[in-house]
Amino acid sequence: MPTLDPGPGGQAVRGEAPALVLRAEAMAVRDALARVIDQLRGQGLGVEELGSVELVLAEALNNIVEHAYGDMGGEIQLWWTLGPRGLQVRIADHGAAMPDGKAPLTFGQCAVDHAAIVPEGGFGWFLITGLAHNIVYRRESGINILTFRVIVGDAALPPGRGDSLL
Amino acid sequence: MNLTAETIRDCAETTQNCLVIRAGDPRIDAAVAIRFKDRMRELTEGAGGRVVLDLGQVEFIDSSGLGAIVGAMKQLPEGVTLELAALMPNVDRVFRLTRMDTVFTIHPTAPAGQRDRAC
Repeated sequence: MPTLDPGPGGQAVRGEAPALVLRAEAMAVRDALARVIDQLRGQGLGVEELGSVELVLAEALNNIVEHAYGDMGGEIQLWWTLGPRGLQVRIADHGAAMPDGKAPLTFGQCAVDHAAIVPEGGFGWFLITGLAHNIVYRRESGINILTFRVIVGDAALPPGRGDSLL
Repeated sequence: MNLTAETIRDCAETTQNCLVIRAGDPRIDAAVAIRFKDRMRELTEGAGGRVVLDLGQVEFIDSSGLGAIVGAMKQLPEGVTLELAALMPNVDRVFRLTRMDTVFTIHPTAPAGQRDRAC
């Protein structure tokens, strides 16, 4: 299986093989989501939790397809671990860096009140920040690495446990 | 993109008909967003009054799908409104998280079964 070079230090992968490697194409994203959700369903996540995970993964992966790679195409690596603090996700790609080297974590495109000025885009990061925690983006040796956590499973059960600020 | 349209006599507002467009695919996502918007344009050309998009079969939409629905609203003929119906929980949540639930009139169920009845 072709893999991305994690670069010096290997922090992109921490020595683990990715759970999934996919082509940066819309239909490949669909297939990848189906596989991840299928596995997580088997680990006891509820319908609503699976919906959150599928949505946030879809947004992160589609951003890479549309913006990091664009027409170039390429490869995306995906790791995930379901643990007591929720679902930890790491996504790596070799596409273009985020504008200004930062993930757009604070912006207000969706705070609209009038149909006339409703945007047709810009919802993706809004959804990611609404559903994921501890979102970290970094560019390392030409690789984009996005990590975040979705509070599901055991992490979502007892009140006050496992939740934290972005 | 499986979209079908049907004109229904509108009991609530007897002066106009209501065009109900049923989305037959389980997903409106980045893979089909452009086709969805194009097909909506075809189906709503010449529409008057209300257009209701029945999302009762749709289990998942992402931001691209949401953008395509907003785009479908914007490309409607002058004076025509787009309303939504029968949102499943995961779809409903996308509209609430992005506040698009304040932009669209959302009905719990799609208008149906009124075609053959006298209103």
